[in-house]
Amino acid sequence: MRERDVPQEGNATLAGYRKAVYAVGEDGQLRIVASRGSEVEEIVTRQALAELEACAAEARRRALAGLASPLEYHMYRARMDVPMLAQAAGLWRWRVRRHLKPQVFARLPLALKRRYAEALGIAPEALERLE
Amino acid sequence: MRFEHLHASHCESGVMAGLLRPHGMALSEPMAFGLASAIAFAYLPFVRLNGLPLIAYRMPPGAVVRGLDRGLELGMRFETFRSPAAGMARLDALLGEGKAVGLQTSIYWLPYIPPDLRFHFNAHNLIVYGREGDEYLVSDPVAEMPVRCARRDLERARFAKGALAPKGRLYYPTRQPTPGNWQRLGRRALARTAHVMLHTPLPLVGVRGIGWLARTVERLSLRDGGRAASLYIGHIVRMQEEIGTGGAGFRFMYAAFLQQLAARTCYGALEALAARLVEIGDDWQQFAFAAAKMIKRRIALEPPALAARLRAIAVKEKRFFHDLNDTRLAWKS
Repeated sequence: MRERDVPQEGNATLAGYRKAVYAVGEDGQLRIVASRGSEVEEIVTRQALAELEACAAEARRRALAGLASPLEYHMYRARMDVPMLAQAAGLWRWRVRRHLKPQVFARLPLALKRRYAEALGIAPEALERLE
Repeated sequence: MRFEHLHASHCESGVMAGLLRPHGMALSEPMAFGLASAIAFAYLPFVRLNGLPLIAYRMPPGAVVRGLDRGLELGMRFETFRSPAAGMARLDALLGEGKAVGLQTSIYWLPYIPPDLRFHFNAHNLIVYGREGDEYLVSDPVAEMPVRCARRDLERARFAKGALAPKGRLYYPTRQPTPGNWQRLGRRALARTAHVMLHTPLPLVGVRGIGWLARTVERLSLRDGGRAASLYIGHIVRMQEEIGTGGAGFRFMYAAFLQQLAARTCYGALEALAARLVEIGDDWQQFAFAAAKMIKRRIALEPPALAARLRAIAVKEKRFFHDLNDTRLAWKS
């Protein structure tokens, strides 16, 4: 990559940050150049985010319909999946999967709800809501 | 304490370059990366991230710190903690002694990282060099400027759970680094890199791993209209371009290392290798470019075409690392 080819297209996901990349200067030496990011990066980051957002929206719809617990929605909103949430909360996966059912979630002891809220970085009361 | 912030391409090599600076050792980021033999390739289908395989373009987290520690005899001290309170107290004590400290953190909980880039990745590295009340002065190598981070947020990031959980890991050098014999260090680093890339017994690591990845890409099914295939391809590129520095980025950085090593040791043969590695890095970028166009459906989604590109890169890298090894062997002391 030549210094003049360093992408400066403005990757919106960087939110104004500039990345440091190495590029070949006029003298043939590689040096560090600040890049505003490329469209390629933006496309793939957006794709991954859109996938997570779609999961969260779907989980929200199912929670409103009474088919899933709000925990599923909050899990995807925190950009996690079941194995990740299980590790973060220190529970077995099958327990987390079970807690995604609304009937089970409704009877969950407060201590467990606190544990989930802690792992997801939200207040315990927010765990019940679907905002 | 005055601390010179270094804008770097990769977090771990940037942290090491930054940590050694106050100790009077001006090591550039590429030198830190190269001397630690941190370049690699690994395709690990059994490690899943949101259901997709782990693809790494460098050695596992911690390799740069440990690699440099071995080569330069820094006497690095690593500490992890059971309780967040103990971890924060120890950090405060070290800062009180006027030390700059390297930390392993999750990137998801750091408030100054752009929201779109916060994913659950637990092996981010940064330097803390001071504290003002409840705010820590942070030199994060991937940020352009030093930043500040509230105590609560830093604690969260240091004690995040999950894969590669940092457990509050902090590290700092205990010995004054001695500028060693660059030729000896360089030769050892090149040998280790050539070995990892060409002779790792597991075929998923090194240049053979690129072939395995190509095979998987080739077999991606398009039966669901290309949704899954498109996600898979996007994931490869995201691991390559966005997480850390990426496939092309690490190749360029290693090329910079070869140039700087050539300048320090007056061994010109490394210059030619650097130019070749830049070309390989360009190929990786072209691969990412083509993949992104396919995801956006500006061109037809054809996984076999991408697989062919990967195979071509594998051939080039194989030849490159063989020549790197030959150049090392021909290096007269």
